[in-house]
Formats: sequence, C-alpha cells, structure tokens
Amino acid sequence: MNKTLLANIDDPRSADLDFYEQNGGYESLRKALPMDPGVIIENVKNANLRGRGGAGFPTGMKWTFASGDPKFPKYLVCNADEGEPGTFKDRPILEKNPHILIEGMAISAHALKSDYGYIYLRGEYPDARVILEQAIDQAYEKKYLGDNVMGSGKKFHLSVHVGAGAYICGEETALIESLEGKKGQPRLKPPFPVSVGAWGLPTIVNNVETLSNLPLLIRIGPEQYAAIGSPECPGPKLYSVSGHVERPGVLELPMGTSLKEIIYEHCGGIKGGKTLKAVIPGGISTPVLPHDKIDCPMDFVNMPKHGSMLGSGAVIVMDESVCMVKVCLRAIKFFEHESCGKCTPCKDGTGWLRRILARIEQGEGHKDDIDLLVSIAGNIAGKTFCPLGDGTASVVQNFVKHFRAEFESHITGRGCPF
Amino acid sequence: MKKEVMQNDLDNKSLFSPVSLRKRYPTLQATLLPALYEAQKRFEWLSLEALEAVSKELDVPKATVRGVATFYSMYKKHPMGRHLIQLCTNISCMLFGAERLVDIIKKHYGVEAGKTSDDGRFSLVIMECIGACGTAPAMLVNTDFHENLTEENIIKILDEYK
Repeated sequence: MNKTLLANIDDPRSADLDFYEQNGGYESLRKALPMDPGVIIENVKNANLRGRGGAGFPTGMKWTFASGDPKFPKYLVCNADEGEPGTFKDRPILEKNPHILIEGMAISAHALKSDYGYIYLRGEYPDARVILEQAIDQAYEKKYLGDNVMGSGKKFHLSVHVGAGAYICGEETALIESLEGKKGQPRLKPPFPVSVGAWGLPTIVNNVETLSNLPLLIRIGPEQYAAIGSPECPGPKLYSVSGHVERPGVLELPMGTSLKEIIYEHCGGIKGGKTLKAVIPGGISTPVLPHDKIDCPMDFVNMPKHGSMLGSGAVIVMDESVCMVKVCLRAIKFFEHESCGKCTPCKDGTGWLRRILARIEQGEGHKDDIDLLVSIAGNIAGKTFCPLGDGTASVVQNFVKHFRAEFESHITGRGCPF
Repeated sequence: MKKEVMQNDLDNKSLFSPVSLRKRYPTLQATLLPALYEAQKRFEWLSLEALEAVSKELDVPKATVRGVATFYSMYKKHPMGRHLIQLCTNISCMLFGAERLVDIIKKHYGVEAGKTSDDGRFSLVIMECIGACGTAPAMLVNTDFHENLTEENIIKILDEYK
C-alpha cells in the first residue's frame, strides 16, 4: 500500500509547503471547496471513516450531529493531545507531514461550515509546535487559510493551542475545558460537544489521524476509500509499535492488519530471538493479550471480539522476561497520577489499586489481595464521568484474568520471581 | 521579581496575553494557558506574585489561576534548576530500563526525582509518556528530545548542559 499519512516523511523537505504541493498537496482542498458541504459529509459517511483517537466513533455521524445544530460559529478542534502511553502515531504527522493535517482541517471546516479551528497540541511536543506554527503561517500566505480560502469566499482561521501536561485533556470535554483556559476536568454528557462544546457552541473534536485522512478520502472518493482494509471500518491506519520487537516505530498499514503480522512481519519479530509473553494492543488502557491470542485483525470491530480494543493502535510488546505485576502496577501508577480528581471512584480507587499492587510486587501481598483488586476495579468501572476510570478497571481485570498465576506466585513466594 | 519584569511591563496590560494571542479566542480566559507559560518564562517559575500578575491582567480570579497552574504538570510550581530533565518511565521506557536511568542521574548529579540539584544545574521530573516509545527510553531536556538512552550515553548527553 502506498503511504498517504506518512507519505515522503523520510524526505527532509516533507514539512515544507512547496514540497507538499509538488506532491499533490492541497489538490483535495481545491476539489472540495466547490462541493456542497452536505455532499462531503455524505462521502465521509459512505467511506465509513471512524475516529482514530481511540473510541472509533463514526466521523460522518459526529459531523451530521454538528452540522444539524443551528448555532454558529461552530468550532473545529483537532485533538493532538496524544498521551495514551505507547502512542506516538500522530507525532510523525505533526512533525513531518503537518500540511496533510492542515489540508484535512480546511476540508473538514468547509464541510462543517466552521470558521474557526484549533489544534490542541500536547505540551510535551515542543518541536511539533514550531513546525505546525510555521506550516500554518505558510498556509495563510498561500490562502489555504484565512478570510477567503483559495478565493472561494470561505473563511477558516486556525491556530495551535498548547496544553501543559495532562493526559485527561485527550478526553474531548476535558480538552474543551482546557481550551477555554480552565482545569481539564471532563464534563457530564449529554449534552455532547457537537451541540454544546467550546464556549457553549457546537464543537467538533477529531483526532489528528482522522482529519489527516480527509485529503485521501476526497481524492479517491468514498468507494475506493472503503475498499482499503477492513470493510467495517476501512482506510489506512497508523500503528505505533514499541517494546520488545526488532524494529519498533510507526507503521501505516491497511486497517485490520493482524496483530501477529504487525509484530512478526512488519516489526521483525521479538527482539533478540526471545519468546513473546504478552501484548498491549492499543495503548495501556486497552486489555492486555497473552501471547497465544494475537491472531486478530487490528480494527475497531474485530478487536472487541478477540478480548481487547483497537484504542489508539499503540502496540506494546513484552517478552518472557517481563513481570506482569510490575507492568500492571506501572500502568495503575499512571492512572492515579492522571486522574483529574473529579469522580471519587477514580480519584480514590486508583490509589487503592496502586497500593495493593505495590505490596504484591514487593512480596508483601495478602492472600485476598487479588480478589480485592478485582472488587475495587468493579466498583470503578461505569461509575465515572469519563473513560479514565473504565480504563483503569479494565487494565487490572485483564491482567488478573490472563496472568492470575503470576499474581499468586508473588504472594505465595513473598516476592517478585523476575 | 525578575529583572525582566519591570513595573511598566506590568502596566501595559497585555504582557502575558498579547493582542495577537487574544484575537484567536472569544474570551480572555482562553489565553490563560499560554499566559501562564509566558509568566513562567518571565518569572522563571509560577510564584504567587506571578500568578497574581496573570490574574490581574486576564481579570480571572486568583483561585482559578492558581487552580489551573497546579492542575497541569508542566507549570513550574517552585523554582527549578537551569536545565529541566523530563525523563519518561512509563511502560515502554520501563521495559528498557528507564528506572535504572533515574538512579544513574541521581547518583551522578545529586538530583532526586521532583527535586533540583544543590548547584542549581538540573531539576529532574519523571514524565508520563512523552510519545517516544519506539525509541525508548527517552527524555526531554528543556525542549530537546533525547531518545534511545542507555546507561552509557545518558551522562554524556547531560554533561553538555552546563
């Protein structure tokens, strides 16, 4: 498959506007501007584009809700707060192919009749900020952004809003709070941002990768787009692979490529010829899979059937030497640190889980601790405003489900066997 | 107060939130995050004095400004060293020995996680995933990414920051 999202990123000029134009850049925007906004939304629906941030929500449906709302202005926000541990898929777009995102946003803005856009960029990507701001300046100069986009009369202004280190701001309502200059705490839904978002107005929040799919979708049309990868949720997909593989990195593959193929064919297999133990397939919030359960298509529809989720497509590979209790503990430490403190089950529960996991890892676990972990997890799941609590619960439940014997041996052996 | 922050600067009413920034948003409070970054740059850290100045300029209550400043991990709530080491220890980095690197930094420069070395050279902050998992372990020193860290190369890299 020819690369689109990561086209030409090995070329040192890849972030330059001239270079992007020479390779067909902004032709899709030129094609989209005379199109009726409703037709573009229909195309996105027919192409079956699903949001690449993690939840896989159908983009066309989100857009229909937003465009049906009579309030104006509407805000288009790009979620570039990539913070799910293991995820680094958006970084090459932001740093090496920024114009595909800007073009995608300009097309989306036309479809959504949105005049103002923001790229909510995580503070931990200082290079991306400089590159994006340069790219935006270039796009303004060439009239791809501004009061009269490519002479069409369409207005679209875009700027970068830099976050300041908070995982929770990847959640769309927390992101909106943060954009408004507040603490990034999630809002109760409904109302959803598509009707009541930033400053009380309709706001469409889409991931970097989702928006960067628009130029391709417009160029080849919905039928051809829908023929790429999984029929239920097609298109190109970025997978960021880390951990114990020979060749880690970001891959652009057809949606639905098998996890096994990703690890063994595209990433060269397990590092140093060791044996695979477990894989976290979609960022640390997604359920861990043991080594014998990785023959599954990596897409939004099939992964739940195989006991996990696609999430952000962040594959973390772990070999035989890795202690599952230690990994689970590190994941829960993360959730405790990032809990925004709004919902008690998450705020307190993450700390309880962390303390119990820590004592198990240190060889001081009690014999009932495993059941206690599962019980606490069950009391967090479904009882919080946002999915951070659910993610925490699911991590513990799945590590215990697949590696219970390892937890037990920590307790009976009074220490970590690794 | 830092020398760069002169009284007439504070009088100009758009020191932390310049007009070019304000016109991007429908409210003044929306400029609070960038304004705090600017205040942090000018005051070196977000002292009570800095927070009050931001509160006054943006006409946002002090409690709100303080709440926002303390919510986000990248704002400096206390004075920091000349160079800020932000080392990731999340799972992908942990798998390749990031925790050992914390010990090495501590031993070599006398700086503990969350603290500043006595000579004021380095502050060390443990980060939660900086998006460099494929080239783990990784750290940011100020705004420079350093990836594929090892027990051997980390001191060589940090020694360049005087």
